[in-house]
Amino acid sequence: MSARDAILNRVRNALKPGASEAERRRLVDERLTAAPNGVIPARGQLPEQERVALFCTMAQKIAATIERVGKADDVPKAVTQYLRAKNLPASVRMGADGRLAAMPWAKQRSLTVKSGPSDGDDEVGVSHALGGVAETGTVVMESGPANPTTINFLPEHHIVVVDAKDVAGDLEAVLERVRRAYGKGEMPRTLNLISGPSRSGDIEQKIILGAHGPRALHLIVVG
Amino acid sequence: MEITSPRFKDNAAHALADPQLQKALGNVRAGFIDKRQKAVDGLPEFDLLRDRAREIKDHALANLDLYLEAYEAKVKATGGHVHWAETAEDARNIVLDICRRAGARAVTKGKSMITEEIGLNDFLSANGIKPVETDLGEYIIQLRGEHPSHIIAPAVHLNKEQVEADFRRVHDHLAPSRDLEEPEALLGEARRVLRPAYFDADVGITGANFLVAETGSSVIVTNEGNGDLTQILPKVHVVVASIEKIVPTLSDVAQILRVLARSATGQEMSVYTTLSTGPRRPGDPDGPEEYHVVLLDNGRSSMLGTEFQDMLRCIRCGACMNHCPVYHAIGGHAYGWVYPGPMGAVLTPSLIGVDKGGHLPNASTFCGRCESVCPMRIPLPKMMRSWREREFERGLNPAPQRYGLGLWAFFAKRPRLYRLAASIGIPVLSAFSFGKGAFGSLPLAGGWTKHRDMPAPESRTFMQQWRERDAVSKQAAA
Ligand code: SF4
Repeated sequence: MSARDAILNRVRNALKPGASEAERRRLVDERLTAAPNGVIPARGQLPEQERVALFCTMAQKIAATIERVGKADDVPKAVTQYLRAKNLPASVRMGADGRLAAMPWAKQRSLTVKSGPSDGDDEVGVSHALGGVAETGTVVMESGPANPTTINFLPEHHIVVVDAKDVAGDLEAVLERVRRAYGKGEMPRTLNLISGPSRSGDIEQKIILGAHGPRALHLIVVG
Repeated sequence: MEITSPRFKDNAAHALADPQLQKALGNVRAGFIDKRQKAVDGLPEFDLLRDRAREIKDHALANLDLYLEAYEAKVKATGGHVHWAETAEDARNIVLDICRRAGARAVTKGKSMITEEIGLNDFLSANGIKPVETDLGEYIIQLRGEHPSHIIAPAVHLNKEQVEADFRRVHDHLAPSRDLEEPEALLGEARRVLRPAYFDADVGITGANFLVAETGSSVIVTNEGNGDLTQILPKVHVVVASIEKIVPTLSDVAQILRVLARSATGQEMSVYTTLSTGPRRPGDPDGPEEYHVVLLDNGRSSMLGTEFQDMLRCIRCGACMNHCPVYHAIGGHAYGWVYPGPMGAVLTPSLIGVDKGGHLPNASTFCGRCESVCPMRIPLPKMMRSWREREFERGLNPAPQRYGLGLWAFFAKRPRLYRLAASIGIPVLSAFSFGKGAFGSLPLAGGWTKHRDMPAPESRTFMQQWRERDAVSKQAAA
């Protein structure tokens, strides 16, 4: 007998006899199809403006920095200003995301934009989020041809652009959007939920920012 | 790793006499308890979410065969490979085989208790493949040739001076005059030293916090980002996970995440929660070319349908040990195997056998704190009692009961332990809850459980009780 069959048989035999196999199958199929939500905390269930405000507050609480801009065209300038304020070289790594590509980067004369995945030598990466979660100040990033996952982890500074209209109250709402975008049961290859810059508490339980991922997470909220 | 659980009492005595360890253990209380409480207080729905989390896992366990099949089908449909391993040895061989086929010389590892459980690092090293732990705590203990002493804070038993000494010893290519006094400097050095390792590795190995049947995704929850670099940079990603990690849907993951980080570190969310589904897709600029999942049983299926099934709900948050007065007093290594604290006391006998792990369920004051903080509402004290009763019923050996009593007395007569318990707000340490005259009947197992809920008479002083206890422990040891 294969290891697979041996394990599955042991599991089947150990389960308390209760519902019939057919009944269990029905229940399991139902749950996989309906994917019921359960308990959604009240905290994030707010009208749009307050929801975005909560998103910003929660993100700052976990050491992300926030800038709000009126429209997508303002993003490149905000990026340049961030680099200047932090004394960083005028160079960013960016994927081929259509929303980012449509922004007027060329107007920032001094800024170099490198495209493609990160090779580990980038000081600053820029990505566009699929959405945000107000409840916890989390940004949700999907991988794909235009969105390298390495940019989320290798640069020292990670700048994430989030559309205010994509900020949901709770994680379940963003996951539902993923289901709608990719089809039920389908996923992008990588989905990163990012809540603040990387950190470690492994030495004497003292929390220090900037472990193996970015030391700084800067969110630019559009709209 | 060598199992020292049968020598638990000696281990504990050494731990209590180790000043470095005792100093470091102060960080467990300072570092976890208040933070968790604050996070819990900040979410009014926390207890409802605990109920929901329990329901999700109970449902998944009651239909585990079907969810495993659904999960496997999904992984395959996304181009991933699923390998089934009945034992630790099977799992080690499967991983080695994958590494060999990838021509791997070095592998990076995300923090994973399951690969500790199967002893993967030693095995890979013995077969000429170099495993590099990338989580800061895991990296530190790998340098020291140690094992984790805590399931989420592997190096919690160490002080920064010890880490500094290890870094100076191992990173001997760096200037001896460099300043490594503060944890910031130590972390910075580990980051710089480990960065090239991610790129050099041929295979990245992680565990999984969840496996999602709806989508075939594996989920890791981390703070450092090392787990993600481990799973996206090498050309092969191997996930090693035990069968009870299955949850039905993405929605279920979202529910359990809300209790996981709060219970573990007092965060609302850990920094990185990543769902990985299959290998890199056409057009993807990064990500692994191969994606493998090793599904490990290693004793889980024989816990199903028994009074220990509830233990399979465990999400490895560490809250039970963070709140355990025995863990506070002796740390994790004394438990003698991979899983310490109350969850370890229940799980270890299930996984390595009662003959080796059977003493651990006695390492408890039965204060009930672990169950009260467990996000999955696992009845840990009840299960520890079940182990003791089982041991007695099997009548294997009359000694374990006496040994158990000896252990109990050992803890009970340590005032430091009592203070620890009291300081985290336990109303009555059960070690002090035996009424006068109860001791005579203690060596009988029935008496053990019958009397342990009896409150201590308030008129007796601590010292009176201590003296009596001393007498009892001598009697028990006799
Ligand atoms: S037993 Fe409960 S408290 Fe302990 S690690 Fe598991 S889930 Fe967390």
